[in-house]
Amino acid sequence: MTLDAQTADAVIIDTGCANISSLKFALQRLGYQILVSADKAQIQSASKVFLPGVGSAEFAMNSINERNLVGVVQSLKQPVLGICLGMQLMTEHSIENDIDTPCLNLIPGEVKRITAENADHNLRLPHMGWNTLENISDSPLFSGITGEDYFYFVHTYCAPINSATIAQCDYGQRFSASLQNNNFSGVQFHPERSGKAGAKLLSNFMELC
Amino acid sequence: MLAKRIIPCLDVKDGLVVKGVQFRNHEIIGDIVPLAQRYADEGADELVFYDIAASSDGRVVDRSWVERIAQVIDIPFCVAGGIKTEQDAQTLLLMGADKLSINSPALSDPSLITRLTRQFGQQCVVIGIDSFYDDNTGLYQVHQFTGDEAKSAKTTWQTIDWVKEVQQRGAGEIVLNVMNQDGVRQGYDIEQLSMVREHCNIPLIASGGAGTMAHFKDVFEQADVDGALAASVFHKGIIDIQDLKSYLRSQNIAMRK
Repeated sequence: MTLDAQTADAVIIDTGCANISSLKFALQRLGYQILVSADKAQIQSASKVFLPGVGSAEFAMNSINERNLVGVVQSLKQPVLGICLGMQLMTEHSIENDIDTPCLNLIPGEVKRITAENADHNLRLPHMGWNTLENISDSPLFSGITGEDYFYFVHTYCAPINSATIAQCDYGQRFSASLQNNNFSGVQFHPERSGKAGAKLLSNFMELC
Repeated sequence: MLAKRIIPCLDVKDGLVVKGVQFRNHEIIGDIVPLAQRYADEGADELVFYDIAASSDGRVVDRSWVERIAQVIDIPFCVAGGIKTEQDAQTLLLMGADKLSINSPALSDPSLITRLTRQFGQQCVVIGIDSFYDDNTGLYQVHQFTGDEAKSAKTTWQTIDWVKEVQQRGAGEIVLNVMNQDGVRQGYDIEQLSMVREHCNIPLIASGGAGTMAHFKDVFEQADVDGALAASVFHKGIIDIQDLKSYLRSQNIAMRK
């Protein structure tokens, strides 16, 4: 039987420029049936949707525009989880390499380069490696996850803290490790590459959100 | 708090994990996937796979093992060796690699760094540098094609100049492999790593020379590197990753549990 959005547990949006395989494999390790698709109907009929991302906001938004997926993503009513750049694309706009890229405008906020205002002179960018979270809200996405758990981050740009922030991270400055607005949520780190803690978050999204 | 990273390196040749001493006489350690899985389970923070023959051979290599690794492990991994074009990079990222480490091809064509960064983002472009301290001249010199003894050669780049150049071109991380120390387990070259650290504002990974747990403590404390890469001490069971991480935690070095 061919897997389609009706039989799959979730659909990963094929943005063309993202590291999609590692997310698909992580969900498959948890026992889920996963479909990767750029097809409008498949994405709309999915029960859960992932928006992955690696690379630059400009490149990724071009790719999403070329596939005519902007309106599709904006109209989704089911739970959608953006990962890393995918989360950043859910905000209003992103200023990367001095280029202001309009994003999907699903979650309030914008994306800017990480600044070292509160850091010592040793701050290096990209922020790369395992970091803990702070001020974790009691959102179902973070059920069972504490400030002792480490998650894998790789990024140079970040979403400042705002009313949609549901978890924070501290590196040079405090920024949004996770954002949520209605059915749209996102994480700046890579749960698919964050060991057991990351698997817990993915499973929370699949089971509790 | 950002943890320091412990990174086992698996040298891959013809689909098997091998280990040589100072880049020579490779012995077979075992199959890739079970070793990768074991290190991930034991608490490794990241893995690096060097396809050591790929750059120097100029051949098209079978990299289907990248996808097999991506299927089983839940920590980030980097693939190195023979990545010469945007298409090579795209293929590996689609198979599930998180980062790509470029060494010899970047020396042959430095614009490759800029092009990869623009298309795939700074975060996945790692530059591997094989640096050799020449006793006669007192200079740190970058070498190329070190995977093949017959082709391995000194370049015109001094290490610090190349470190600056790759950062200007947008590299996301540097792995500095001190060739003099490779496989001899006498400790990381703190002096050279500290010198590079001063000129390096992106994450810096130390490679070459780990023999004892104290060597890891020294390189984190004295050279302030972001990660320490090692091969033989892990492959041969000389150091257990869990023991290493609890030792480093007891020395107040931030380590993921």
